[in-house]
Amino acid sequence: MSTSIKTLVKDGVWNNNVVFAQMIGLCPAAAVTTSGTNGLGMGLATTAVLVIANVLVALLRNIISPQVRIPVFVVLIASLVTVVDMLLNAWLHELYKVLGLFIALIVVNCAILGRVEAFASKNGVWPAFVDGLAMGFGFTLALTLIGLIREFLGSGTLFAQASQLLGENFAFLEIHVHENGGALLMILPPGAFAVLGFLLAGKRLLDTRRHSD
Amino acid sequence: MNADGYHAERIFASPHAHGGAEIRRTMLQVLLALAPATLFGFWLYGWPAFFLWLLTLFFAQTFEFISLRLTGNTGQTGSPGDGSALLTGWLLAMTLPPWSPWWVGALGAFIAIVIGKQVFGGLGQNVFNPAMAARVALLVSFPLQLTAWVAPLPFSGLAAPGFLDSLRITLGQIPVPDAMTSASLLGHVKTELSRGVGLAQVLAADAPRLSWLGVRSGSLGESSSLLLLMGGTFLLATRVIRWQAPLGVLAGALIPAAIAHGIAPETYLDAASHLLSGALMLGAFFIATDYVTSPATGAGRLIFGLGVGLLTWIIRTLGGYPEGVAFAILFMNALTPIIDRYVRPRILGRTRSGQPLRRPATPPGAGKGA
Repeated sequence: MSTSIKTLVKDGVWNNNVVFAQMIGLCPAAAVTTSGTNGLGMGLATTAVLVIANVLVALLRNIISPQVRIPVFVVLIASLVTVVDMLLNAWLHELYKVLGLFIALIVVNCAILGRVEAFASKNGVWPAFVDGLAMGFGFTLALTLIGLIREFLGSGTLFAQASQLLGENFAFLEIHVHENGGALLMILPPGAFAVLGFLLAGKRLLDTRRHSD
Repeated sequence: MNADGYHAERIFASPHAHGGAEIRRTMLQVLLALAPATLFGFWLYGWPAFFLWLLTLFFAQTFEFISLRLTGNTGQTGSPGDGSALLTGWLLAMTLPPWSPWWVGALGAFIAIVIGKQVFGGLGQNVFNPAMAARVALLVSFPLQLTAWVAPLPFSGLAAPGFLDSLRITLGQIPVPDAMTSASLLGHVKTELSRGVGLAQVLAADAPRLSWLGVRSGSLGESSSLLLLMGGTFLLATRVIRWQAPLGVLAGALIPAAIAHGIAPETYLDAASHLLSGALMLGAFFIATDYVTSPATGAGRLIFGLGVGLLTWIIRTLGGYPEGVAFAILFMNALTPIIDRYVRPRILGRTRSGQPLRRPATPPGAGKGA
């Protein structure tokens, strides 16, 4: 399977975006995206796990026998998630408290097992690395976008508490758009589904327009 | 709205005659039935109520028009002139606090028409009643604005705001004066009960709130039960709606309320108060009877109505919100497909279980002659 880096990146970010095209990993996409910062943090954590898991599986793909590949993948991913979980707890404790259980649940994120099974187990280390990065970037982009929209409509801020995630240098990202608060519903679960739905519709509209040109 | 499926359980074999019902005409009849209570509400709450009503209708129709343009307007998702968006907007306006700022009506119309209806595929495809979905979304999002009721002006001794001042209230430039705000009966009872005050004491000062005429604070749709009942009777008489759902709603709330009040009158509101306050009348006759989101058979509609009534009483009595009609209706909307799955009309020539009817061994009358 020979795929150029350009195609891989294009697939990961747009054409085959984990959330907006494959529609997997929707549990974190809906549950933790109450703010842009949460979405970004979750996306980055998932990306880290995805890249390392992809590389490891690509390395080991010739010694893993096909019959037991799924348990092996799961053990691999679970170990990586445990490491990320502990690292976040140690260094980004505030974010860890917000993301909470969802960090541990990266284990069962279909996006990771899906990429490992569908791509890394059939490709070399370099393409697997690029694929993990591109898919992770697309996932992060989607989560941050959903988070930002919900945060804007629901609490009237953008990237609140970003400095806790990215360090004091990024405090300029935190914007208070309006003071009146917002529609509480957008922070609650229905808001996630509504935003996700409208974004999906928007992407489809763009794609149809592009193809028909 | 499935005008043909409406009498589905009565249709046995051809030929059929068309009853003349069409969406636009049915909608107009419902709008006509709503008019007396709405006009009464305008009189009670003054110009701001009228402006909010007008804006909500305008935005509902506008969003309907835009949605239909975007979806290509193939005619399958309704047409802009069929009046269904006007009805949705009107029902929504009747459940809002009459002095809400303009954006409450505009946002509510957006949620009702775009998210509640057109996203599901337009007229006839929506799972939930659009007006109720919008009301609940607004209530959850903006609890403060959605519970700011005003006292009925003609009887409170307060001067009604003039035309221009009313316009500024609706545009949100001046806040509602504190002297004019007033809790609705259900809200008042909930607050007082949670403070440990007995019901007899709470209601002693509130006798006028219970009048059938409906001179009390609340939304347009909860003030005059009598006029809503009149509108409902008109719809029943013109066979736009059937009796099962309204009866179910009223009985479903009335029976548990009467029993609970009989056992512990100090903690449970009496049946008449439940019946006459909140959106129960509006819900029973105008919302639980929505063709799209309620079951297709008579028995199904009765179950649907009883569920709405019972849930309303449960939410009002035990829940955190003082009023529960909108929640109850949305909940039963979700159950409608299941009700329709199990309550089906008998097929002609078959038993209830779908087996062919057995012919009698000897034809009736044959034995007599022998």
